[in-house]
Amino acid sequence: METKTTKTFYLIPYYVWIALFVIAPIALIAYYSFFDLHGNFTLENYLNFFSSVYLKLTLSSFWYAFLITFFTLVIAYPTAYLLTKTKHKQLWLLLIIIPSWINLLLKTYAFIGIFGLYGPVNAFLNVFGIGEKQILFTDFSFVFVAVYIFIPFMILPIFNSLDKLNPSLIDASRDLGASSWTTFSKVILPLTINGVKAGIQAVFIPSLSLFMITRLIAGNKVITLGTAIEQQFLVTQNWGMGSTIAVFLIIFMVIIMIITGQRDKGATSNGNNK
Amino acid sequence: METTSKSAKFYLALVFIVLYTPIIYLIFYSFNSGGSMNSFESFTWEHYAAVFSDTRLIMILLNTVIVALLSALIATIIGVFGSIGIVFMRNKSLRRSILSLNNVLIVSPDVVIGASFLILFTAIGVKLGFASVLISHIAFSIPIVVLMVLPKLQEMNSTLIDAAADLGATKRDILTRVIIPFIKPGIFAGFFMALTYSLDDFAVTFFVTGNGFSTLSVEIYSMARTGITLTINALSGIVFIVTLLLVVGYYFVSQRGKNPVGMGVRK
Repeated sequence: METKTTKTFYLIPYYVWIALFVIAPIALIAYYSFFDLHGNFTLENYLNFFSSVYLKLTLSSFWYAFLITFFTLVIAYPTAYLLTKTKHKQLWLLLIIIPSWINLLLKTYAFIGIFGLYGPVNAFLNVFGIGEKQILFTDFSFVFVAVYIFIPFMILPIFNSLDKLNPSLIDASRDLGASSWTTFSKVILPLTINGVKAGIQAVFIPSLSLFMITRLIAGNKVITLGTAIEQQFLVTQNWGMGSTIAVFLIIFMVIIMIITGQRDKGATSNGNNK
Repeated sequence: METTSKSAKFYLALVFIVLYTPIIYLIFYSFNSGGSMNSFESFTWEHYAAVFSDTRLIMILLNTVIVALLSALIATIIGVFGSIGIVFMRNKSLRRSILSLNNVLIVSPDVVIGASFLILFTAIGVKLGFASVLISHIAFSIPIVVLMVLPKLQEMNSTLIDAAADLGATKRDILTRVIIPFIKPGIFAGFFMALTYSLDDFAVTFFVTGNGFSTLSVEIYSMARTGITLTINALSGIVFIVTLLLVVGYYFVSQRGKNPVGMGVRK
């Protein structure tokens, strides 16, 4: 039984990591959500969450996340499709991914300049006589920057699923007289739906919890669940309320993962099928 | 057909232009002698000089790189041994639950990770600063390493290990001469991914950084909140070059990794 001991020995640091940094943090968040500012046990945080302020915040957070995911998907799907048709598709894909590796803060900072009152977009509008507009610190700028940041994360899974698609299926559909739209909606989309789901997962959940972009680009006008958590933890120092919001964010996350979960066992990459 | 391919090219070109404009815009104005990102006056290196003469900023850059390298290295070691352990697990349901636990930190919003780590460090009394940032980065990099290494391990034919054992290899030999060489590309990929995640992280670091210690992302955030400084543009120029080097490095490692899988085994 020497094998068994060596195997568990490999796993000790990994198990310690799971216990300390996966299980303990979630347990602590759940535990703290039952305490108020003075460390007394209370259910008030949960009651608070169901007050109109937090419900409104949650709804608007979901609305923005929906908008961001929708626009990202609408832009990313055709891009991914056209990428699979290019000659050096892996190279082009790499070029799409490179911007996602540039520091997030720098990309956001660039838009402070681009959307600024004297920035290039306003200069461009001026040429057409529209005049300077306040673009920064609006809903539009917030959604635009978020979409910009998430596009590569949506393209990647869709590209992978489109790339696996057998092209003869499309030829077959055409030969059988299907129009381009029918081919797309009946053949291509259903076969790549897992990529779309993975992309939605990769965009929607982070969109709910954005807080840096809301501060820098939306100028505190947009408050997401993430902003609220940051506010409670680092500004008001009300860890109890912050934890409560975090608990709900985790619950929403689990729900979204179940909805976008991939039932098709054969296509999962979790390695379960091996 | 001609028209569709033309509009397709136009669409792709548009996406690429939109993706790259902000980056080029930033770097372009890093050479502007005027103080703003609006009107280009004349070419200058002064903002780069400002970066390199600001010892505080250089310290922050060094901190960021040290945290990234150390966390990626430690996460790779823990992650590789973890994945070897997972692959040889006999109990299927245990393996499945370990894998789900592994993915928790990948799908969790970074605000939640940051907030929960902040509670954790305060609860067990780790002082916020270098240690807390390093530990957090190791913690969120481990699952990424596991995800990169596991597929390689699953590709490996278990008869290889049996053969090595039959030929008299010790446990240690099997690990260092058979398993590690075979999964090397996965290990490198995991290390690079951990490195980029660490360099790019803002939210988690922002929560656990405390007062005295700062990384590049956190520093840029506090600089950007006060407005436009072309020093940030110069920083972005430097970051862009470093990122490109990393991408090229990663590309070569992963390309090379494709062929020598066989070679690594042949030894």
